[in-house]
Amino acid sequence: MSRGARLLRAAAILALTLFCLFPFYWMVATSLKTTAEALASPPTLWPHAPTLEHYRVALIDKGVGPSLVNSLIVAVGTTGLALALGLPAAYAIARYEFRLKRDLWFWFISHRMLSPICVALPFFLIARSLGLIDTHLVLILLYLTFNLPVVIWICADQFRSVPVELDEAAVIDGLGRFGIFWRIAIPLAAPGIVVSAIFSFIFSWNELLFALILTRAGTRTAPVAATTFMSGYELPWGEIMATGTLIVLPVTVFALLVSRHLVRGLTMGAVK
Amino acid sequence: MTGARSERWTPVLFLAPAVVALLAIGLYPLLLALTTSFRTYLVAKPNLPKDFVGFANYAAVLGDPTFWQALGRTFLFLLVVLPIELAVGLAIALLLHQPGLSLLRALLRLSLVIPLATTFAVVGLIGRLMFNDQFGVVNHLLGIVGIAPVQWLGQPTTAFLAVALMDIWQWTPFVALVLLAGLTMVPAEIEEAAKLDAGGAWAILRHIQLPFLLPGITAVLILRTADILKLFDLIFVMTRGGPGSATELIAVYIQRIGFRVFDQGIASAQAILLLIVTIVLSRLYIRLVYREVA
Repeated sequence: MSRGARLLRAAAILALTLFCLFPFYWMVATSLKTTAEALASPPTLWPHAPTLEHYRVALIDKGVGPSLVNSLIVAVGTTGLALALGLPAAYAIARYEFRLKRDLWFWFISHRMLSPICVALPFFLIARSLGLIDTHLVLILLYLTFNLPVVIWICADQFRSVPVELDEAAVIDGLGRFGIFWRIAIPLAAPGIVVSAIFSFIFSWNELLFALILTRAGTRTAPVAATTFMSGYELPWGEIMATGTLIVLPVTVFALLVSRHLVRGLTMGAVK
Repeated sequence: MTGARSERWTPVLFLAPAVVALLAIGLYPLLLALTTSFRTYLVAKPNLPKDFVGFANYAAVLGDPTFWQALGRTFLFLLVVLPIELAVGLAIALLLHQPGLSLLRALLRLSLVIPLATTFAVVGLIGRLMFNDQFGVVNHLLGIVGIAPVQWLGQPTTAFLAVALMDIWQWTPFVALVLLAGLTMVPAEIEEAAKLDAGGAWAILRHIQLPFLLPGITAVLILRTADILKLFDLIFVMTRGGPGSATELIAVYIQRIGFRVFDQGIASAQAILLLIVTIVLSRLYIRLVYREVA
């Protein structure tokens, strides 16, 4: 490749990298600026007098701290439940042949297309009649609609790669069906299980619509808390961006950990 | 023969918890929405009888121009963002696929994860900040090249464009990663042979790489359609569907009818119509994308 073409290509890659990173950078930079600087026109490209003041105000005065805890409770709770329910199902799909297997499989996958608003409308009425509005439990349950299919998909794939010969050896050692699943299959499928758990965590942590409709002040999750800033004329942009950074930073770390599997998770395994 | 019988029941035992859970939280609410869609159901007036009204809600929805406008706006949005996401995504995939410059490529590969991981609602917050007409960085950058400040979120067309740009920012990396996965499926020796035949980059793309890209492109088309039919968080935070109803795509519209107008009967009928589109999309996805599995 000629020198010119190489330079052009390097420039294109850098420009696209900048495009991907800039909005994220802008959020973090704004969160560190003083209020006056955040509203300055023209804007400053980096914080000239960096301060963590907005983080303090957001976390302590504006109640973002408790909402992050709510998000954590919900995301961990729903991920645990999705694994508890999904792992045996994934194992059955990987190891057994039975009638309607393919239909069941497609039913799981079709949840990827389901618009949350279709479930949110009726679930609001159900939650209200059961007194579940503003509880962690209602979100933990509802998030299963998208977590369970992802866990089942990724883990079934992983269980298939566990050699059947190991099962047979385990039978000779006197392990029952459940013993094989628990003692052999789960430890060997651990990498896939971790990936699916991270996906489940990210999806739940990021969710807004269900949380907006089903939580009130008591169990408000972090994305909902972020939207509550958005009223009135003078928006506290420093605090808003500090909140955004606090929400996004942990999931970014998780997403980078599973970046090799990102496409698989987002396409329900159709593209590897 | 107890062994054979217990063998037959094992998968049922393993599957039952997940299936029961999805029936209860996935299917049951949808059935409830179906029955609600045949009734008068105003949340704000709980004492009003919830009469069975047949297909009246559906007739009202289908005869309501605002519903069709929201749907039309949704497909317009799709028509604006998809070609750009596919074109830029393909460019990124091709840049990442070519050998050489490995450090820069690794950097871009990692950067692609950032937009994808950013919470949708926070993307909306960032959009509101960047497209602010007074101190927004977008107007500042436009000012550098001599373009007068634009009231991005204050006018219908520019607000629509601003939301579309944030969607493009978030989802182009996804398209790029899917297409890159397709490119890596091309056998290296075929690609090398085509290069030796003095085929230009365009010829190689069309004749050698395109067949391997098609499954990914199909997946992108269907998933992005489904995702834009779902698109709520970004818009709700960035514009609340405004100004007027300029950015009110279908999911935001249904949410407003159900939770701000509080007409659950009408909103449920709309949700069921959306569900039908979803089922069609799922069937397509499974038939076209899981070809080797199905």
